[in-house]
Formats: sequence, structure tokens, C-alpha cells
Amino acid sequence: MAQARAGLSTRTGWSAAALLPLAFLGLFFAWPVLAIVSLGLREGGVVSALFSGETWELVGFTLGQALASTLVALVAGLPVAFVLARCRLRGLGVVRAAVMVPFVLPTVVVGLAFRTFWPDGGVLPIVLANAFFNVAVVARTVGGLWAHTDRRAEDAARALGASRPRAFLSVVLPALAPAIGSAAAVVFLFCATSFGVVLVLGGSRYRTLETEIYLRTVELFDLSGAAALSLLQFAAVLAVLVLGALARRRRETALSLRGREELARRPSGGEWYVVAGAGLVVMALLTPVVGLVTRSLSTRDGWSFAGYAALATRGDRGTLAVTGLDAALNSVRTAFDATLVALVVGVFSAVVLVGLRRSGGRIAEVLDTALMLPLGVSAVTLGFGYLVTMDALPGDFRTSPLLVPLAQALVVTPLIVRMVLPVLRAVDERLRQAAATLGASPFRVWREVDLPLVGRSLVAAAGFGYVVALGEFGATSFLARPDAPTLPVVIARLMSRPGELNSQMAYAACALLMVVTVGCVLLIERLRVPSSGEF
Amino acid sequence: MALELDSITVRYGQMVAVSDVSLSVADGEVVALLGPSGCGKSTLLRTIAGLEKPSSGSVRWDSSDLAGVPVHRREFGLVFQDGQLFPHRSVAGNVAFGLRMRGVEREERDKRVLSLLELVGLDGYASRRVTQLSGGEQQRVALARALAPSPRLLLLDEPLSALDRALREQLAVDLARLLREAATTALVVTHDHDEAFTLADRVAIMLRGRIVQVGPPAEVWSSPVDVETAKFLGCNKFVPGSFVGVSAERVGLRATALRVDPSGSLEGTVLERVHRRDHVRLLVEIDGEEYEAVGPMTEIGDRVRLVIDLDGVARIG
Repeated sequence: MAQARAGLSTRTGWSAAALLPLAFLGLFFAWPVLAIVSLGLREGGVVSALFSGETWELVGFTLGQALASTLVALVAGLPVAFVLARCRLRGLGVVRAAVMVPFVLPTVVVGLAFRTFWPDGGVLPIVLANAFFNVAVVARTVGGLWAHTDRRAEDAARALGASRPRAFLSVVLPALAPAIGSAAAVVFLFCATSFGVVLVLGGSRYRTLETEIYLRTVELFDLSGAAALSLLQFAAVLAVLVLGALARRRRETALSLRGREELARRPSGGEWYVVAGAGLVVMALLTPVVGLVTRSLSTRDGWSFAGYAALATRGDRGTLAVTGLDAALNSVRTAFDATLVALVVGVFSAVVLVGLRRSGGRIAEVLDTALMLPLGVSAVTLGFGYLVTMDALPGDFRTSPLLVPLAQALVVTPLIVRMVLPVLRAVDERLRQAAATLGASPFRVWREVDLPLVGRSLVAAAGFGYVVALGEFGATSFLARPDAPTLPVVIARLMSRPGELNSQMAYAACALLMVVTVGCVLLIERLRVPSSGEF
Repeated sequence: MALELDSITVRYGQMVAVSDVSLSVADGEVVALLGPSGCGKSTLLRTIAGLEKPSSGSVRWDSSDLAGVPVHRREFGLVFQDGQLFPHRSVAGNVAFGLRMRGVEREERDKRVLSLLELVGLDGYASRRVTQLSGGEQQRVALARALAPSPRLLLLDEPLSALDRALREQLAVDLARLLREAATTALVVTHDHDEAFTLADRVAIMLRGRIVQVGPPAEVWSSPVDVETAKFLGCNKFVPGSFVGVSAERVGLRATALRVDPSGSLEGTVLERVHRRDHVRLLVEIDGEEYEAVGPMTEIGDRVRLVIDLDGVARIG
């Protein structure tokens, strides 16, 4: 009885704490999204939109390109994961940074980078660009597990007579399956809802649910059509998230941690082919980046810094309301606020999630999935939802300078949760118990043990979140006031206007964003928490 | 009595880990909780520490019930099998942790840390990183850390099991001396009889969630309460007392109960032979029954004479 009662009371406490992040999500995510969807539903015509052939063509193309992109990302990401997890080679830090750069690049920039190779866009560049963006997700998620999976199971299979490929297929791959499944779910989610890339590369020919929602909402004012599409997208996203949660649950039980150092060794024999493959992938990842920088420096009249010089202006014939530098400063400030909000919500949520799991509360699954939802809902839906609901908050929130940071924070929070949660969970329970027997209260245990141990991963998550916020385009493009745009918004605006100086300036702004991004990523790499296995 | 356990039962769902255990530990006494792995002894220790809640029964200290006292207010030190040192703190930082939690002044803290490191034989290690220490050193730091805040009761959960044998035997002797010198009240959980008998004033044998026997080490060793306990304590053959000339209905024989000696009264044939660290262990057939024995080198098939060594004989009951 006593045990049941005590367990219940801690669980009630954690469940109550879970209400805080849920309330945040409810106010700044569910309410706006539901408001805009119900607005569409009230107009009628949703059913006819749901059953029109055009809608299902859109669904087909959205899922098809997402599937293709996910496959490409998996095929390209696995060799990189192998190299990062299992090989002891010089310059791995650089590879790790190079792989990360695409993920945190603004989607518009990625779209533009591919436009330099495929000026007319098309399906292939869309798939490649989406994959390009997500190789990092595969390499890091799978590599993370791979680096801690006991190598001896593989050795045992080899000793029992399995060839190297056979051992990989029958022992290694099944062990990695949860991470691969989890990564695939996340990548699929990103690709299915990718906005900037498809907008830039698809033009009016190739449209996904996400861009179509944007088109119908902004240009056609077809709210019921947009609502119907949003509902479809939401259903698909929820299905993928549930699958991903199932994969994660298996992964958490399968985690037998070993230090990376004892597992990494110099590649031998056929492994060099995999290393070479990974090298090709990294080079392919860097090509668009190099192309972009080249474009920013070349004009019809040869090399020039005109684009960079133009960053101090408002563009050709006053295309922009502010100068490029003002936009850059605004970006930096907005991303800072967004990161702060996301850190508070994300870390709090991660702590609550761990507490809930330890006390066996079932609400953990709900909170975990709810936190991921913002990743999969159309940024446009969210943005428009903000516009129709936020005036109901005190002081007309629509014009508040906090609007954009809040929207960005919603996108960043799930990433922070995913980065902090595994480390927090890997803190040995007995270490915390040791602290408790030495007289530390639960709060002091958290401050003296958990916090220092996850400290560096917190900083890394913050830096990572900052870069993602910096590059956020979907919701920001919708919510940023004309007199306070961010750099990605400015880039998109410049690209949509004629004038060589404008596109020159856009490419220069891209390069600027990349420099900031790379700087942040390298900084994070230096801080990189060795690995949870060391705790 | 300092610590009193009153009919403690711990359940995990349907599984009963600890069943109706009552035990007391007097002030300054060292009690060993000895049992095979999975017998519930660690669960009992964690219940005393406050890390598990008993399903029924009570843990009392100086007659006051601890049910409402959370782990961090019990002032019970706990040493885990694998140390569980804080990896982000130095040796001194680890040892000082409990003192900081009690709000001890820095100056006094530093003094106490140094004296404890000296006590466990690690002078000069204060600023070392704990990740650079060997297993034995880590365990010494864990011990110093647990002792630093002068806990009312020290709980040790298999404190030496993770170490290799030579180190374990050395540390067991050190630990015994340390506990006596500091006059610490302690409860040691272990599955190793040598360890229990080296450390403890009294030994409590725990089998399948229950305490079956409590007593001084020599008494428990020579008179186990039943056959199962005797088996756990190393007896492998059970015979009537008359067989070895002891007035008991039943006795248990350890391998050392029979020794090869030309003057012996028993005679048998050697069936098997295994070399141990400091003796040779034999399997001998006497009157159609197999017995273990120790002895000097013999060949398999040899006829040998055996004497009875009463140190290897345990009366049952």
C-alpha cells in the first residue's frame, strides 16, 4: 500500500508538471492550428476538396517524393554513419561538421544551391535536395547507436563462419533497425512537409501538400481547400510519428552502451570501399555549398564582391524595406529569443519526460508525441493560425515582436528535446541515489548530478537550435513584419525579384548565413559531449 | 538497538523480493547480510536506505519509524558495488559532496576530506580525476565519500565484488580494520562467506527473501540451521553425526572434513583429482559413497587412508 501510494504521488506530481509544456503547445500550437482548420471547415467544401482527383495527386506526389528522398538519405547516410561510428581516421571532426552543415542551412538556401545546378528545377533536384538536407539526421541517429553497439556480436558471427556482408545483414543491421526506423520516420516527416525546397525547385509544376496549402491560403484564399489539405497532412504526420515512437521504444530497451573509443578502429579490407562511399557522399554534400559561394562571387562581368557590398543596401531599386545587414541583425536577435524559449520549454519537457518514465506514468508517450507534432504541421497553417488567433491574447499578440521567435521556438523545441533526452536518460539512476544517500534533496540531485552531466549537451543543443532558428523559413516568412524580416525571408524576396544585383545579393546573404552556421556547428563539435556511454 | 527492521516485506507486483524480515543492528555493530545472488539482500538494503518502499513492515532507527523520512534525510551512507562516483568531480569533490549537502564550512570540509583520504590510504589523491583511478582506488574513494558525513549507519552493497581476488582479500582486511577503528554501525551485503566472516560481528543468512539464521560468524559456520543453509555455506555431503564421531543427528561435510593421512581410520579409492590454489582436492569413494577430501598428491585409483578434521564438519540445527 505504502509503495503504491508513494509511487502514485510522484507520478501525479510529474503528470502535473507535464501540463505546463502541454499548455504551451496548446496555446501556441494546437489553438492556432485548430482555429485555422475549423475556419476552413465552416466554409464547407472540405469534403469535395478531399475527394477531388487533384488532392490525391498532390498526396501521391508528396508521399512519393518524401519516400524517394528518405531512401536516398538512408543510402547516403549509412556509410557516413559507419565511418563516424566505427572508424578511427584523421579529420573525422571535419566530416562530422561537413555532414551537419546541410541540415542547419535554411531551406531556401538549399533550394537555391540546387538551382545553381538545375536552373529549371524538377523532381530529381527536389528529391536530391530533400535528401541532402537529411543525410545528417541518418548519419547522426544511426551513427549514435552504432557507436555504442557491442562489436563482439559481429565478431562472434564472423567466428561462426559468416562472411562480412552476411554478418552485417544478420547481426549489425537488426541491431541498428530501431535507429534506422526512427531516423527514417523523422526524415520522412521533414521531407513530406518540406516547404522552402519544393517552393524554390518545384515552381508551379511540382507541388506538395505543404506548398499547396501555402498557395491556397495566401494566393487563392481557398481556406476550405487548405483546411482539407491540412487535415490530410496532419493525419499522415500523426501516423508517421506513432511509428517513430514505436521504433524509439524498442531502441531504448536495446541500448547497451559501450564507449566509442574501444569500438573504433582503422578500417581494413572491404571497409575501405565503405569509407570511399562515405567520402563521395561528403563531397556531394559540399558541392552545392561550394556552388553557392561561387555564384555569390561571380557575375556576368567576372568575379566581384558586388553582392556582398549590396548587403549594406536595400537591394536593387529598393526591393527590401530594410538593408541586408539590418535583416541579418534581426535574424540574430530573433533566433536568440527563439532559442531561449525553446531551451526553457525543451529542457523542462525533457526533465518531465524522464521523471514520468521513471515513475511509470503513461502520459509520457502523449507528451513525447505532442512535442514532435510541430515538426510535421504546415508552417503556413501555423502562421495563418497565429494571425487569426493571437489577437485574442492580451495586447494583440499579432504585432508583438515575440510572435516570430515563438513560432521558431515551436520548430526548435522538438530538436532540443531529442538531443537532451537521451543524455538525461543515460545518467545512471544509482549515481542519483548515491547523491541522495549523501543528503542531497531531489532538487539538489538534479542540480549537482544531472545538470553538470548534461551541461555540455545542453550547450550543444542550444547552439544547434540557434542555427535551426536562424534558418527557419516557413513560419517566419509568414509572420515576419515587412519592416523586420529575417535573412532567409530577405533571400526569398530578393530571388523573386528581377535584377542581377538582387540575385547576387541573395547568394551573398546565403554565404553569410552559411558562414554563421558553419561557425556554430564547429563550435558545437568542439563541445560535443563525448557520448552517453562515458557516464 | 540502533537499527530495527520489523517484519519487512517488499513486493514487485506478484514477486515477493523480501518476505517478513526482522533484524536489528546494535550501535557500533557490523552485521553482514549473506546470501546467494537474487535472494533479496540488496533489495532489503535499498529498503533500509529509503530507495525502495516496503509493502509492509517498518524500518526504525532508535525506535522512531523512518517511513516518512526520505532518502536524503536518513543520514545513512551507501556504498555501491561499482562505486558510482560522480564522474564530473575530482576525488576530493566526491568525498566532500556529503559534507557540502550538510552545509559544513569549507575549511572544516577540506580537513575532513584529507583525513578520510588518509584513512582509506589515498593521501595525495585529492585533486585526481576519478575516471583515472583503478577499481580498488575507486572503491576506496566511494567508501571515504560515504564515511565523510559521519553517517549514523553505513550500508555496503557488495562493496568488494567488482574487484579481482587478490585485491578483494586485501581490501576486506582493510575495510574490517576501518570499520572497527571508526566504530561504525554497518550493514554489509555480500554473497561471499569469507568477506562476511572477515567483516562482521554477526552474520545474517538470507535465502529466497527470508532471513533463516543470525549469529556470530563462527557459530553460523559451525552450526548452520538447516541443510539448505549448510549447502550455501559449503557443505556438500550430509551424514549421520556418528560417521565422524560427533553427537549430532546430522552433520554436513565440507571438502576439508576429510584429509588424506596414513594414520586415518577411513579407507577409500581416489576417483578424481583437481589442483586448487594451496591444496589438492580429491573425490574419494568410501564404502560405495563418494566424498570430497583434501590431500597431498595422489594418483587416480590409489587406495588412501583418511582422517576426519572437525573444522570442516558442520552440525545441522
